[in-house]
Amino acid sequence: MRTTMTALAGALAAFGTLLATGTAAMAAGADLGQAAQQATNWHAIVMFLLFVAGTLAITYWAAKRTKTAADFYAAGGGITGFQNGLAIAGDYMSAASFLGISALVYGSGYDGLIFSVGWLVGWPIILFLIAERLRNLGKYTFADVASYRLGRTPVRTFAATGSLVVVIFYLIGQMVGAGQLIKLLFGMEYIYAVIIVGALMMIYVTFGGMVATTWVQIIKAGLLLSGATVIAFGVMYQFGFSFEQLFARAIEVHPKHEAIMSPGTLVSNPIDAVSLGIALMFGTAGLPHILMRFFTVPDAREARKSVFYATGFIGYFYILTFIIGFGAICLVATNPAYLDVVKGGLNLRGGNNMAAIHLAHAIGGDLFLGFISAVAFATILAVVSGLTLAGASAISHDLYASVFMHGKTTEGKEVTVSRYASLGLGVIAVLLGIVFEKQNVAFIVALTFSVAASANFPVLVMSMFWSGLTTRGAVIGGTIGLVTSVVLVVLSKAVWVQSFGYAEPIVPYAYPAIFSMPAAFFFTWLFSVLDNSPRAAKERAAFEAQSIRSETGLGAEGAAAH
Amino acid sequence: MIAAAAVARRIVEGKLSNTAQNLASAEKIRNNPKFRELVSKRTRFAWTLSVIVLVMYFGFIALIAFNKALLATPLGVGINTTIGFPLGVGVILGAVILTGIYVYRANGEFDELNRQIIEESR
Repeated sequence: MRTTMTALAGALAAFGTLLATGTAAMAAGADLGQAAQQATNWHAIVMFLLFVAGTLAITYWAAKRTKTAADFYAAGGGITGFQNGLAIAGDYMSAASFLGISALVYGSGYDGLIFSVGWLVGWPIILFLIAERLRNLGKYTFADVASYRLGRTPVRTFAATGSLVVVIFYLIGQMVGAGQLIKLLFGMEYIYAVIIVGALMMIYVTFGGMVATTWVQIIKAGLLLSGATVIAFGVMYQFGFSFEQLFARAIEVHPKHEAIMSPGTLVSNPIDAVSLGIALMFGTAGLPHILMRFFTVPDAREARKSVFYATGFIGYFYILTFIIGFGAICLVATNPAYLDVVKGGLNLRGGNNMAAIHLAHAIGGDLFLGFISAVAFATILAVVSGLTLAGASAISHDLYASVFMHGKTTEGKEVTVSRYASLGLGVIAVLLGIVFEKQNVAFIVALTFSVAASANFPVLVMSMFWSGLTTRGAVIGGTIGLVTSVVLVVLSKAVWVQSFGYAEPIVPYAYPAIFSMPAAFFFTWLFSVLDNSPRAAKERAAFEAQSIRSETGLGAEGAAAH
Repeated sequence: MIAAAAVARRIVEGKLSNTAQNLASAEKIRNNPKFRELVSKRTRFAWTLSVIVLVMYFGFIALIAFNKALLATPLGVGINTTIGFPLGVGVILGAVILTGIYVYRANGEFDELNRQIIEESR
């Protein structure tokens, strides 16, 4: 324990140095004629430092009470439904959805709502079909559930691979977004921003495990929800709390006029519309860092409650982002101080993802801008911490303990492996963040959700609901879903044309889920029915016992006593 | 009320998981008509609500894909708000309300039935 604390102190010192370097870089940047930004940056940095100090104090406290594997992976199962609901919201509401949706609304109005709705409707499905069964069957990862009655080695290997693919792609998107955002908000070099995010998330996860990650997510959710509430309230206040007045003004000032009140060009063909819908809805139910949160509550009852709270918070947040986007049209697009004079039109200084940030300034001045910038940074930290912990669990709990050691290891060793895996993932995330700096990463979110919907979700659902599922079916079907979704994205315009530079995409559709998810279900079914091995017969017979436990919670992993 | 899973947890704490007693409990649960009642009621309820969400959401997506003009219709003469807004926000609110309905019934009626099943299995 003492070595842990010494290491924590060392890491803190290193972080202090890093931040000082970053601040120096910011000061240097400010000399290049951005005096107006310099004053606001300090508010952001002070508030961000407060957040970091608070979360590091929590990590220190969490490190002292993280002793067992259950503490490290699942916060000892001692999180309440309400706390977990907030933490889920904190894990799920990324900076991409906060800044991205408000930017989308700012640019094209109604289209933003399509994403908001899609990102929310996965939650009821998780509640009705997955949450309580997951809680009753699993311990730390969704692979526990998928491999409950199937071959441990092949199914865990597949599930861990699916998890790691999703985690690493999602981390790339978050790291690149973080670097760009922090560069803009804090005037810091891209590379320092990425390193700071990586260093902080490694400290939270390695020392504080799930306890620290949960509290970072809860605090972030509280900050983000209150910050967004204040912005939306400020907007509605200026328009007499009348949506009609807000819309009337937005139609008047937006170059697209009435077109912003209905779906536009975002989704150009029906296949893409449905495919995006499938990916957003079912992808949520296949994200390993989200599924993992259900093991932090004591029982199925609290698991259900946590989804209800999470859905409420997330739904409320998405409605706010919509008001924020329209508010930005009315209050930001009309003020030349926020516009990019070179690009002209609606283009914002620092890019259109700055819509919510500029709006914060328009409503609350420098101090509030600083607050929202710090919240955006905190938002990224909470999401990457959850992702890193999920990836580390897949490595230590699924691959190391079950596949390589065949269960013959100690809890202590498993947690040690997990801590090293967190560090490794942190380093990988920082390196990939640097490599992908100049790349177009817009396709990453679609890819992540498509892979989750096409590989993890079908296997998870069939393992819980279909007695006929066999190891062979799960591994072959799931792998087909995984490979199909990745290949289709690579051959689509986003990668084939925009990243590789070919003239024409091979696949005309932007989102693969409409093909890859049914393919995964079909081949999982096909290879299961064709499986006549004695093992398959045993696996089918074991379904009844599994279903008794998944329905009643008999024998389910309980919370560790504290 | 003691939650069913808490009862189950006591069994686990006695290190009885996967032992003879647990298997005996599972056998009793299998033969308890209340178990079949719980599973069929809860499964039907969960799938009904799932279908409602799917219809709501993919109905909304279908309008975006095939009938953008309908979503662009104003709510009335001289009104800027289009039908698309209450529909989109309605899907979000509907999703939240349906989760609330499920949790209310699952944590009440179904958990009570579950508690009885676990009690009777011991």
